[in-house]
Amino acid sequence: MSDVEEKKVVTELFGDLNKKKKKKSKKESTGEEDEEKASTPVEGEDFEFKKKKKKKSKSSAADAFDEQLEAAGINEVAEEGSAEEKSDNASDNTDLTYSDLLSRFFGILRENNPELAGDRGTKYKIPPPVVTRDGSKKSLFANVKEISERMKRPSEHVIQYLFAELGTSGSIDGASRLIIKGRFQPKQIENVLRSYIMEYVACPTCKSANTLLQKENRLYFLVCQACGSTRTVSSIKTGFQAHVGRRKKVAA
Amino acid sequence: MSASLENIKTFDPFADALDSEAQTVNYVHIRIQQRNGRKTLTTVQGLPAEYDLKRILKVLKKDFGCNGHIAKDEEMGEVIQLQGDQRVKVSEFLVSALQIQKKTIKIHGF
Ligand SMILES: [Zn+2]
Repeated sequence: MSDVEEKKVVTELFGDLNKKKKKKSKKESTGEEDEEKASTPVEGEDFEFKKKKKKKSKSSAADAFDEQLEAAGINEVAEEGSAEEKSDNASDNTDLTYSDLLSRFFGILRENNPELAGDRGTKYKIPPPVVTRDGSKKSLFANVKEISERMKRPSEHVIQYLFAELGTSGSIDGASRLIIKGRFQPKQIENVLRSYIMEYVACPTCKSANTLLQKENRLYFLVCQACGSTRTVSSIKTGFQAHVGRRKKVAA
Repeated sequence: MSASLENIKTFDPFADALDSEAQTVNYVHIRIQQRNGRKTLTTVQGLPAEYDLKRILKVLKKDFGCNGHIAKDEEMGEVIQLQGDQRVKVSEFLVSALQIQKKTIKIHGF
């Protein structure tokens, strides 16, 4: 793309901005009586318009521009033709850095097509683990089932991972709550769940959490619903249950 | 010709992939276990055989001010056990003193 073309694009994007600027200057040059009346509200509106543009859509900016058009009258139409010709100079005056343009573009894109812009940036959220003490030597992980369902993983798999990582064991009570041997804070369980997500939920290719865990021939596969990639993941048994003698004796 | 073949060989498209083979062979696992009450135990498993575990243990015990011993397991080989949660310190020591690459160390637990 040539320089001139690039500038054209820029001026098209900021056409309304440039026109407004020019309009103002033209009025000043004509030096009509209504100039003072018109220019002062224009100045205020200009400021407002800039503010709006940052957080709100193009349409609101366009509305503001339309209002101005009406206020300024018919000679505006005649100006529009000349606006594009002169806009090259105008765009030179406006100091728009690349990052400004980029953030503007993504702002608009996020608004109109959020699935194109924001999908990857959105954080994957799970409900915080509810962990309470159960006596002096056990912990109660109440919403393990809910969290597993949220991650679309069998709760047995999650529990197996928890036990392997924490180097402990436990059981499930009648209300499908998990009783863990040892004392654990919610924050600690959260950290383990986080590493579980990194290992068994997040797609290693595109980082999407929209994945499924499938078992084939004793191997676990992570199938991504977002990008379609399939990866093997290490089974917890061989990868993590390799525990040291002391614990093995306890487990056996 | 042979040079270009060599070039082809050196490019491994799966170098960044976590192969299960590499996992079982190379990783040093640092784990934590809870003992009675607030007491914990740190275990270091999978250190390469060329290291003298006894000497390492001696240094670790002195550096961290904790007790420890070497547990022998038929499957896992020799495992260093240390009192308390020494996981971060052990991993730092392995990287700085033993030149073990950080990515081959896996810290488990919370
Ligand atoms: Zn993916």
